[in-house]
Amino acid sequence: MHIPDGFINPAVSAVAAVTAAGGFGVAVRRARIYLTERLVPLAALVAAFVFAGQMVNFPVLPGMSGHLLGAVLAAVLVGPAAGYLVLTIVVVVQALVFADGGLSALGLNIINMGLVGAVGGYVVYRVLMRTTGGSAARVPLVAGIAAFLSVPMAAAAFALEFAIGGTAKSLSVGAILLAMLTTHTLIGIGEGVITALVVGAVMRARPDLVYGSPTFAGRRSEELVT
Amino acid sequence: MKRGVVAFIVALGVILVIATVVSQFASSEPDGLEFVAEQQGFADAADDSLEVPLADYGGGEGRSLAVAGLVGVVVTLGLGFGVFWLVRAGKHDPGEPAGT
Repeated sequence: MHIPDGFINPAVSAVAAVTAAGGFGVAVRRARIYLTERLVPLAALVAAFVFAGQMVNFPVLPGMSGHLLGAVLAAVLVGPAAGYLVLTIVVVVQALVFADGGLSALGLNIINMGLVGAVGGYVVYRVLMRTTGGSAARVPLVAGIAAFLSVPMAAAAFALEFAIGGTAKSLSVGAILLAMLTTHTLIGIGEGVITALVVGAVMRARPDLVYGSPTFAGRRSEELVT
Repeated sequence: MKRGVVAFIVALGVILVIATVVSQFASSEPDGLEFVAEQQGFADAADDSLEVPLADYGGGEGRSLAVAGLVGVVVTLGLGFGVFWLVRAGKHDPGEPAGT
């Protein structure tokens, strides 16, 4: 999932970096509306969990593995704005300390995982919650389904970036999109299961702290989907 | 200890076990994007020349992987606390209106 240096040209990478930085500013303003002092440790823990989860690749196909994205997980637990910040923190640490994802590709990776994965995935979650009645008991299952969908969504975002700024020319963008979607739909199954289990565990322990649940005790930022 | 502190320590313990122990059993096969890049013929475009402290999670196995996991969790948690502490809405409990 992490784009290395060299896949996408400098111009598109730079546009992505500026967009990701702008997104950081918007996310900070949004998170400030609801992220109370009591939620700070939870948000920091979610970031650490996403980092740890992304280290554990699970086998998917012969010759291919997948790992947790954690974007919908973060967005449902601490809200889409703080979720974007969580994925930004994780991607920055991975690139600067572990060379997992390129430095020039930071903006691209933040857009794919933070914007498309966390914010886009949260929109899907909200729509699914509304269309299924939205009870607290459904939160883990709906979060799992949205998480499943978020992985091919982020994969499609990469294919779009490759279509605009891919450095390897003369390749079929359609074939790359199809390959990204099929492989990441399979990876998304693991994503959905892990997300449903973790969100379910937090819902049992502290339903009042789960941003995406009707049991959330705080106020939310302006909803993305009403 | 307060219930929240206990829950925090338990959660952090689970996270550290995932990063240092469970990670030892992670698949070393290429992930989805690497797999597609090899299959579609653009894997060679990757530029791995960037030098960082723990490149490839300290080699990806054994004690060096455990150290990489520990360092990563501590750095991410610390950066998370820093960022979210600066962002925080104010000293309000959930349920009270947040400060502006």
